[in-house]
Amino acid sequence: MKLNRIVTAIVLLAVISATAFAAGEKEAAASTAAKPLRIAVVMPSATTDMAFSQSMWNALLKVQAAMGGPSALELKYSENMFNVPDAAAALRDYASQGFDIVIGHGSQYGSSIREVAPDFPEVVFAWGTDVNNFGLPNVYAYTAAAEQGGYVNGVLAALLNKTGKIGVTGPIEVGDAKTYIDGFVNGVNSVGKNIAISKTWTGSFSDVALMTAAAKTHIANGAGALTGSSQSVVGSIGACKEAGNVLWFGTQSDQATLAPALTVASQVYDWEGMLNDIIANRKAGKLGGDAFVLTLANGGLKVAYNHGFALPADVKAKADAAIAGIKNGSIKATP
Amino acid sequence: MMNIFTWDVLSGVLRTMIALSTPFLFAALGETFSQLSGVVNLGVDGIMLLAGFFAFYAVFLTGNVWLGLLLAMLVGLVMGLMMSFVSVTLKAQQGISGIGLQMFGLGMSSLLFKVLVGTVTSVTGFRPVKIPLLGDIPFIGSILFNNNVLVYSAFLLVPLSWWVLEKTTLGLKIKAVGQNPAAADSVGINVNRIRYFSVCLGAVLAGVAGASLSISIANLFQDNLTSGQGFIAVALVYFGGWSPVGVLGGALLFSLANSAQLWLQVLGINVPASLAVMLPYVLTIVVLTVAVNRGKQPAALNKQFFRGEN
Repeated sequence: MKLNRIVTAIVLLAVISATAFAAGEKEAAASTAAKPLRIAVVMPSATTDMAFSQSMWNALLKVQAAMGGPSALELKYSENMFNVPDAAAALRDYASQGFDIVIGHGSQYGSSIREVAPDFPEVVFAWGTDVNNFGLPNVYAYTAAAEQGGYVNGVLAALLNKTGKIGVTGPIEVGDAKTYIDGFVNGVNSVGKNIAISKTWTGSFSDVALMTAAAKTHIANGAGALTGSSQSVVGSIGACKEAGNVLWFGTQSDQATLAPALTVASQVYDWEGMLNDIIANRKAGKLGGDAFVLTLANGGLKVAYNHGFALPADVKAKADAAIAGIKNGSIKATP
Repeated sequence: MMNIFTWDVLSGVLRTMIALSTPFLFAALGETFSQLSGVVNLGVDGIMLLAGFFAFYAVFLTGNVWLGLLLAMLVGLVMGLMMSFVSVTLKAQQGISGIGLQMFGLGMSSLLFKVLVGTVTSVTGFRPVKIPLLGDIPFIGSILFNNNVLVYSAFLLVPLSWWVLEKTTLGLKIKAVGQNPAAADSVGINVNRIRYFSVCLGAVLAGVAGASLSISIANLFQDNLTSGQGFIAVALVYFGGWSPVGVLGGALLFSLANSAQLWLQVLGINVPASLAVMLPYVLTIVVLTVAVNRGKQPAALNKQFFRGEN
């Protein structure tokens, strides 16, 4: 029995270490003798999710490259932190390890940031998507005006649509998932064609199988184009690809590589400018207090056309006009 | 209620139901064998994840779906042996070892995906195979007889499982071991061997369930692809009263509710989305409360067997 207990303990230990290794913190860069700036980020999904988390990780890597590599900027991340108490613990750990900037990249982390930030007044905290920094001097909030790219995608989808039906596959009707879709619907309606838009919400940011089923349901109902947000939309993109003739409009990250022949354009969140601002502010002694909003006008949002898709010139011209209109304020992305 | 009761919509609802029920059927039928022998394997979700990853990875590298399926079954077998070793040979608490296995599968599949693949990418999975003549029957032909081989296998597994459990000596031994292992032991049945077999069979089927997600339904892999479907499969075994036919009923009901809620939303029926997505779970709880016959639960479920001590 004693031997059994020892073996059981070893097996459990192995299991726990494997899990911790996979889901826990990973070092992206080693520190060097010269003291680099240190940024840690906690994310709800993987850095490779082709959506929300990847958009932040890609931006951090770009900032790191621009600053001169790991010797100038040390990055660490904790991914797949769907569980908020785990994320709160990770945020506190990073702050106590002396990281200069700690990012909680998920709207579910707000209460954790609010709780942890006052205990580390010298550390800069940033979180989003939201605009509330809780009145704390060392907290930045950030969000994306997702409805803007949604509007442009909507214009494109309406102009290219041949079936009279478009499907929207969303996760949960909150945050930028909702505002993106509001903008998209408004964009479709702005074109003035008689197009029916159906929306489904799966109730989950991560349930790929259900998202796939939702997308297939839209397609079975005659949708000629689909869009949607969250990391689970990879299932929707797969359904478009399987159908072979259903167009896809992406958001958060450039999703063209998943369906090169069918992805028309993606709204890309580019957090690089915001990160540079936070770093510069910190250097100047301002540790928080602002809310950043990514927009088409400030370059935080970009519409990435898929060059592999033969987009008619007149359609692209209308989408470009929509982008220009949103930038100069003559077009409102949501009613 | 506009156009909800048309043949097209009904056929769409049923087609989606059939597709969604496939992973549940494999995983829950496998778990039925495991539980009837007295072992609750809560690691089904982890097995589905790791096997689903390997199935995807094999197809990603070679394009061969059969190789993917085989690899998923092998991963299931290895994880079944792990579960059996810990819970049957070492007689560890089954719930804890199952959760350990689930965490291992979740973490390892995530790690391997990151190291070996890196980013989300899709593959060409099993394609639908239309059965000659039957596939041409109006309405039901397109629902039942125009699916891929994993879907057909999942549904054929129901009568096969029933036959093994009800009509063969092996089935009798499995149930005897799950009801009264000491009595089974006294008549010469090797309790541990039967439990090893049942747990491993369940794990192999959980592996196929994982493959049905990654190379049949979604045709891609992503961290935590199952989103807890393995746990729903375990619940379906209780739901189905430890009978393959009951499991089929549960899997179909749960998938039908999910399919119906998606169609309700697509058709723009005025039901709040948050209520619609609750429908399958509410229905499951209601049926579990009302219909489950606890008398059928294997008496030695979740109990270790100590030879000569029971």
